[in-house]
Amino acid sequence: MPYPSQRTALAGAHPARGPLRLRVVVIFLLPFLMLLLLAPGGCRSRSAGHLSRLCVAGSTSVQPFAEKLAEIYMHQHPEVRIDVQGGGSSAGIFAATQGAAELGASSRELVGPEKNLQDIPIAYDGIAVIVHPSNPLANIRLEDIRRIFQGQLTDWGLLGLKPHPIDIITREEGSGTREAFEHLVMGTSEITPGALVQDSNGAVREIVAGDPHSIGYISAGLVNEQVKALAIDGVLPTRENIKNQKYRLVRRFHLVSKQPPGGACKAFVDFVLSPQGQHLLEAEGLVGIK
Amino acid sequence: MRTQGKFIERVLFLLALSAVSSLILITVFIFMEGLPLIVHTGLGNFILSTHWAPTKGHFGIFAMIVSSILVTLGALALGVPLGLSCAITLAEFAPSPVRRVLKPALELLAGIPSVVYGFLGVVWLVPLIREHLGGPGLSLLAASIILGIMILPTVISISIDALTAVPDIYREGSIALGATRWQTVRRVVLPAASSGIVTAIILGMGRAVGETMAVIMVAGNALKLPTSVLDPVRTLTSNIALELAYAAGRHREALFATGIVLFLIIMLLNFSATLITRRR
Repeated sequence: MPYPSQRTALAGAHPARGPLRLRVVVIFLLPFLMLLLLAPGGCRSRSAGHLSRLCVAGSTSVQPFAEKLAEIYMHQHPEVRIDVQGGGSSAGIFAATQGAAELGASSRELVGPEKNLQDIPIAYDGIAVIVHPSNPLANIRLEDIRRIFQGQLTDWGLLGLKPHPIDIITREEGSGTREAFEHLVMGTSEITPGALVQDSNGAVREIVAGDPHSIGYISAGLVNEQVKALAIDGVLPTRENIKNQKYRLVRRFHLVSKQPPGGACKAFVDFVLSPQGQHLLEAEGLVGIK
Repeated sequence: MRTQGKFIERVLFLLALSAVSSLILITVFIFMEGLPLIVHTGLGNFILSTHWAPTKGHFGIFAMIVSSILVTLGALALGVPLGLSCAITLAEFAPSPVRRVLKPALELLAGIPSVVYGFLGVVWLVPLIREHLGGPGLSLLAASIILGIMILPTVISISIDALTAVPDIYREGSIALGATRWQTVRRVVLPAASSGIVTAIILGMGRAVGETMAVIMVAGNALKLPTSVLDPVRTLTSNIALELAYAAGRHREALFATGIVLFLIIMLLNFSATLITRRR
């Protein structure tokens, strides 16, 4: 049964002779067919024209930043092609060890034999625990954050505020911010299934800004006046506190490589550590390493 | 002219074939990506467990199946009475100037992108629920209301088609026997159009089950089994869209497996819609 709109559209068209109308239809449809046939070939031939390729694989937390850096860098150096892949820190470090990727991206410190690799820290990432600006709470213990997100501490009344159930906002599974939060706050325990899930820092901030009873976490660089960042055990997530790691919820982002980077690889690493690269990272919410 | 016609016929047939084959490709792809995980965790564990922590090796989607069903039922509870009364009014009672304005307006509703519905939900409906009914606002209720509005165009236009397809002889006969207009509609037109109306409802249902963007924005996406309409819920579609960005390995397979379940549910709905229309 056709929708009425389609029916009226057909009835309104000129009563063209059969073959003529068919021809019009074919003319409109042919490009799609051609597109279908050409699509796979077109992609390959285009990438073959590049002179040097670079593969950055690893942490999903570093991935969006690496993609941003690669995009700007490729724009400035059209002769270089940089592929950024996810897979996790360990996979990235492994890929760098094996030489499957020129650069591994890691959001954790290197351990054990991994320390033989070239380790290039590129930025600090702080995670701010945020509440609604009207929330009188200014400081919170790390232990209490864990109990809130475990679903054990469920009411603001237990923290000495006006009693009201706490609305917990978390990030989706696979998110780098969530991975870091779990690592730094939750330890081995899981975030309660009752927590609301949002799929970006911005969405978490929006929800917290609108809900006076909520608590969430976002990258420290993205805190704005809509929300209030809490001090954790008395330390606020300021730029300085993140840089000297007095603030507890901080990790470093690294690039790792097997040999000291050379050629196109070195040029990209230099770009990341240059004032421009560091500025880009700061604009995306990180704290530069320099 | 005739050979040209034949040629064009062939080309069109080829194009039609490519459309169908892309459908087959998608189906095969979803199953190839998702089935290994279902085999790995076991069908029972996958469908009947509520523990979803894919990065830690737990892949239970029971809560999401239940949430999908509840959100859809909620949407139908709102959308069907509204849509049906709208369709009856427009097809049977409204004077034609009213119909000429209202019908295109309602069809316009279908053209609004779902992200706009979601946005309206977040800035207007969610705070309303939070302030007046309690809870975080992002909830089963919010998702049901937004979806209920979103399925209106589907329900209304297909129902109107079904109602106008009933021959006027039926109406005239009924009125000649002394029935009022309402009696005619209720006893004669509605039963005659019932299979079309059921199709309208099922297609609306399919739209509600498959909707993603608006639901992600207003449903809250929590993993718990909901205990009230004010609880946040995660549907099957939102699960896939939420986590696909950085999912790898088993996690990615689990999302495709979620897609398989969704695929089967929607196939079932469409199949029953076809069956019902054919039976009459």
